Amino acid sequence: MRQSNGYIILFTAIMTIIVGGLLSVTSQVLGPAQKKSIELDTKSQILGAVMNLEKGDDILGIYDQRIKSLVVDINGEEISTNAKGGAMVAEEVNILKNFKKSTEEREYPVFMYMNASDSNQVDSYILPLYGNGLWDKIWGFVAMDKNGEKIMGVSFDHKGETPGLGARIRDKQIQERYKGKSIYNEGGELVSVYMIKGEKGEPLDPNHVDGLSGATLTAKGVNEMLKSYLTSYEAYFKKVNSGSAQASL
Amino acid sequence: MSTETLEKPIKKESEALFSKRRQRIVSDPLNEDNPITVQVLGICSALAVTVKMEPTLIMSIAVVFVIVFSNLIISLIRNLVPTRIRIIVQLAVIATLVTLVSEVLKAYNYEMYKVLGAFVGLIITNCIVMGRLEAYAMGNKPYDSILDGLGSGFGYAWIILAVAFFRELFGSGSVFDFKVFEAIGWTNFPTNGLMVDSIGAFIVLGLIIWVQRAKTGYVEN
Repeated sequence: MRQSNGYIILFTAIMTIIVGGLLSVTSQVLGPAQKKSIELDTKSQILGAVMNLEKGDDILGIYDQRIKSLVVDINGEEISTNAKGGAMVAEEVNILKNFKKSTEEREYPVFMYMNASDSNQVDSYILPLYGNGLWDKIWGFVAMDKNGEKIMGVSFDHKGETPGLGARIRDKQIQERYKGKSIYNEGGELVSVYMIKGEKGEPLDPNHVDGLSGATLTAKGVNEMLKSYLTSYEAYFKKVNSGSAQASL
Repeated sequence: MSTETLEKPIKKESEALFSKRRQRIVSDPLNEDNPITVQVLGICSALAVTVKMEPTLIMSIAVVFVIVFSNLIISLIRNLVPTRIRIIVQLAVIATLVTLVSEVLKAYNYEMYKVLGAFVGLIITNCIVMGRLEAYAMGNKPYDSILDGLGSGFGYAWIILAVAFFRELFGSGSVFDFKVFEAIGWTNFPTNGLMVDSIGAFIVLGLIIWVQRAKTGYVEN
């Protein structure tokens, strides 16, 4: 009996129902907790671009207190309604989905890190980044100074770069290299900050940072990602500097 | 009917909870019959996750959990499983447990979920788990199967933790992210790039197998 086709089909059907039921229950039960940890992870990455977070910091609290956000388009104009007609929330913009669109069609969130004492003054603009590494996606945030010219800090993350090589873009030590670098060259042209090939350990000019030994292709991905997004945000910063965007706050 | 009631059923002496035989079920895979070093199974994950101690520990816990519970479940239903589709059933049980682990990790330790990501999912294809189900749980009682799972799980765990210890120590100069060499005042410890690469894992694993075989006298035939 145990070997009859009927029994096998029955057994498989029951097994599928039990397994499927179990998994969907798990997904339902753990859903809210997963959403929360993803939110926490995103917010700590945003804040990580401008400050060093310690374990046990109240990330959500600091975020609510210090971050104001808006969404702009390629021309630097603020987008206030989303596709469904509701209010646009920068935290809800899916960077990956936008990355797949052309640069002109993307929505660009801007996270403003406000001054601790004067909550109307912007200390830093934190911009999301997305790109292709060697094996898989890479992403991160770059914190620009209030004129959008100098980098105040970066936080990078990746999905599948080689541990010990490309994966080092996640290390604080590598990210520190970007601090104080300028994205404009002496001629006032936006050149972004390039990670050089090889790791020399020597001081470099304001447009370059030391590379990753053995991870030239990951570094190339980082360079392309930075350049592309900084170029897209240029129009917004031009508006900020001329004062018109500031008024709309 | 009456004769049966008169005759007292011969009570089979139940085996002690930790009899010699059962102790061997647990202890054999730790050393003499180790899944990694002797059976040479589960090598891929042993290479992939052992760059640092912390992810390795999480991975070990996940594997022990999956191996013990899949052994238990398969052993419980071993007489119901149709022989022709037994491999599929085993896979379904393993895949379900692995997905559970992965979901829990995503909810409560997102940091580790990001590091281990794909590798937790790959426990499904870890030959140790399938191997134990097919070779042991399909033919043995639940309690023995749990012990067998614990033995194989810990046999896997201690080897990958040992590999991770040496790789993190020489590759990153730390243990559980604690900078050991800086703590003892050796600030410019030259970290070895080979160790953070998979090649480093092969070398360390090879050395462990060498030491172990020198001690146990195990020879492949």
